[in-house]
Amino acid sequence: MILLLLILIPFLLGIFSFMAKDAAKNVALFGSLCSLAVSIYVADFCGKEQVAPISFPWMPAIGAQFSLAADGMAAMLCLLTGIIFLVVLLLNRNKAIENPASYYGLILLSQTGLMGVFLAADALLFYFFWELALVPVYFLCSRWGGERRIAVTFKFFVYTFLGSLMMLAALIYLSLQTNGVNSMSWQNIIAAGKALPLVQQHIIFWLLFVAFAIKMPIFPFHTWQPDAYEQAPTQVTIILSALMVKMGIYAVLRWLIPVLPEATAYWANTIMTLSIIGIIYASLIAMVQTNVKRLVAYSSIAHMGLMCAAAFSGTELSNHGLMVQMFNHGINITGMWLIVNMVEQRYGTQDFKKMGGLASTAPGIAIALVIISFANIALPLTNGFIGEFMLFSGIFQSASQYHITFMAVAALGIILGAVYTLSMVQKVAYGENNSGVVSVAPMSSTELLAVCVLLALIIALGVFPQPLLDLVLIK
Amino acid sequence: MKAIIAATVLGIIMMYAGFMVKEKKTILSIATLLFVLLLGVNVWELMTAKAGVVETLFHYQLVISPFSIWFNTLMTAGTLLYVLLMGNDIINVGKNVGEYFALFFFILVGVYLLSSFNNMLIMFIGIEILSIPQYILAGSDKRNLKSSEASLKYFLMGAFSTGILLMGITLIYGATGEFNISSFSFIQMQHINPLALTGLLFLIISFSFKVSAAPMHFWTPDVYDGSPTPFTAFMATIGKAAAFMGFLRLFHTSFASISGSWTMVLAIITAATLFVGNITAVFQQSVKRMLAYSSIAQAGFMLFAVVSVSAMAWQGLIVYAVAYTIATLGMFAVLLKLKDYTFDGFNGLAKKEPFLAFVATIFVFSLTGIPLTAGFMAKYMMLQAAMTQGNLMWLVIFALLMAAVSAYYYFRVIIAMYFKQGDTEMTGEICITDKILLGFTALLVLLIGIAPQILLPKGI
Repeated sequence: MILLLLILIPFLLGIFSFMAKDAAKNVALFGSLCSLAVSIYVADFCGKEQVAPISFPWMPAIGAQFSLAADGMAAMLCLLTGIIFLVVLLLNRNKAIENPASYYGLILLSQTGLMGVFLAADALLFYFFWELALVPVYFLCSRWGGERRIAVTFKFFVYTFLGSLMMLAALIYLSLQTNGVNSMSWQNIIAAGKALPLVQQHIIFWLLFVAFAIKMPIFPFHTWQPDAYEQAPTQVTIILSALMVKMGIYAVLRWLIPVLPEATAYWANTIMTLSIIGIIYASLIAMVQTNVKRLVAYSSIAHMGLMCAAAFSGTELSNHGLMVQMFNHGINITGMWLIVNMVEQRYGTQDFKKMGGLASTAPGIAIALVIISFANIALPLTNGFIGEFMLFSGIFQSASQYHITFMAVAALGIILGAVYTLSMVQKVAYGENNSGVVSVAPMSSTELLAVCVLLALIIALGVFPQPLLDLVLIK
Repeated sequence: MKAIIAATVLGIIMMYAGFMVKEKKTILSIATLLFVLLLGVNVWELMTAKAGVVETLFHYQLVISPFSIWFNTLMTAGTLLYVLLMGNDIINVGKNVGEYFALFFFILVGVYLLSSFNNMLIMFIGIEILSIPQYILAGSDKRNLKSSEASLKYFLMGAFSTGILLMGITLIYGATGEFNISSFSFIQMQHINPLALTGLLFLIISFSFKVSAAPMHFWTPDVYDGSPTPFTAFMATIGKAAAFMGFLRLFHTSFASISGSWTMVLAIITAATLFVGNITAVFQQSVKRMLAYSSIAQAGFMLFAVVSVSAMAWQGLIVYAVAYTIATLGMFAVLLKLKDYTFDGFNGLAKKEPFLAFVATIFVFSLTGIPLTAGFMAKYMMLQAAMTQGNLMWLVIFALLMAAVSAYYYFRVIIAMYFKQGDTEMTGEICITDKILLGFTALLVLLIGIAPQILLPKGI
């Protein structure tokens, strides 16, 4: 029942927010605190004993059940969702927005979708939540985003909707291969997938992979992403980049690799090549960006490329590293966006050539920026290090005949990552102040709180990552 | 049988009521009452029907199964919902209001025949009873040239396709010596008779006309655009669903054993319909015309039921027909509240009438096939039915691509309502009854989306 709470709290409070008018902001914050508390409880509980899965009959005619289950990976991602939504709702509390009731209601609804995706143990339910996470974000971006928001968000929506439909076809096909009773449950889908002849596995593999790759996004399905990140309101950008991309990785780990092991082995080299091309490609583009938001967006593509490559390397070490890295990437990218948002508000521009001198005018923000950037490029003693280390050694150990090439090229991506991140830090925090803005306001109390939460996590998990490792290893 | 008699009698009563009563509102009340009565008769027939037992009439010319009664009940309920939603617009179309409602009753007789015929001649009669009142309805706005054009076009095209239908029936009769659809025996023939194959092709062509499948769809946009909007809503929903029922019934009962010889033709027609409907809808500027093309596109999805010869097809068609009918009726009901039928006419609706915009969003979601709405479950069942067929995977993937295209033009409505600025001009005040009815319709969409099994009770 506790799992049901994770979905019901944001859902009911989200509906309530729509009617709450000006109080919506506080309703949403309250909701995110409750969800965080429950997700901490689930994660903690998960460490000791199995969380009881729940399951109700739902659509017997097509074999769908309403069933939720949580293993270590799901509990970890729910915890991440809880933390990120708290941070998101702490952000920009003083900024007035148009129609706050709908805004916060939609944010909570997208949280419902995310929690559901991570917990669903039934394919159709998974699909429902997958879409439920998308639709509120579509409205959030189109209504409250930047200047080009409508066209950009629409592209994003049609892209991901197409992917979802492909996934739907694959799931229906798999469910038809079962004996018809609860044919959508995770176990039955896995059994059906494993028993498929290889030819069918190839088709189903690509249907599923394209859907997940669009979400992550993996080169060449990434074209929606930089625009969408740039145009979305920062809070939604955080949800998109810290959580929704994780849906893609999570889905690969839960609904693709175990379901179609043979096809996965067959296509692993292709996918890893695509992912690594993505790392280099995104890093090169990031190097020539002068817009902070786009820079972070491209750096996110690079990070996701590495994670996807590791997911298909097929080694246990990279799998564990992936879980750790999913959590850490969520924290780090949120930190990046927080700082970017603060800087953007203070300088009134996204172009970092027109910034500078942050370290002397607002040293607090500059320190946070430096630490988070270090975490982003995986410096030891930050949380980014342990995850990426495991990913690299995982890729290196993989059975692929090109493992050394993959590893070497991916490592090049890390060096490029350091180049563009540090040059951005240098231009924003140090050097001449080119902005014309003389006095930069220090962090407000809520901003400080949000940043402190993230910095504490970055340092703590960098120095002592064991609790996280323990959590994600639970089956 | 009770429902067929009741619909005929009530239709005649309605006609006379039209002569006697002058006040339009009173006629609407009488019509609503009679539709409730007809629904009652259907429900009564449904209650007395036993699972698995069929009622045969006139030497097996009509075979009324619980399934057909259930379909009839749903279609009657759909008509009632339609009259409730758009009654005030129907009575404003022209002068002789009683006639319109009488015609609806006669159309329902056609629907009932198409869901239970067992003889190709009864099928022919059913199609004619279904079509002729629609020709009249299309031209009911007599002073409007476009409406007259629509009616004439519809009539000529319809008559043409009826001719082809008759030719097909004749050829099939020539090949088999039978009108009775359940007793064709193609299996015993060594080779399928060329007469039968030609007949089959003619039947496919003429039904494609009726359900507006490409390349026989050319009449649809003009007729739907030219007809008075409330009647377009009816033709695009109940009229189309019934034609599909006839199509499915004929092909799955009589030609299932030789499905190898026609499924590929129909699969290609399906793909063409999806392509033409969706791609052309993208370029429309008027929402009414967009809905006309969208009805072609949705017909493409409904054709999946005919293409895939399986038990799931029947259930799928029920769910699809109901889901599509409800959402389209709702969308037309919203459209009727606006003065300007272009996409720009929807600009800023969310600010002015948040409730109207909200229900319209749900209808659009359903038409697109977003989960938690009826449209999703409908598409789901169709895809499932097609995939059991095995060799139709290419069609499934093509249909999904087209469904993504459909998101493009459906979501233009949402973009206009929510994200664009503008002052929507309304035709009048939206009263609380309208809101309740629209809210109820939207609720139905969500309910079917969450629990589609309510449309598929046990024993039908």
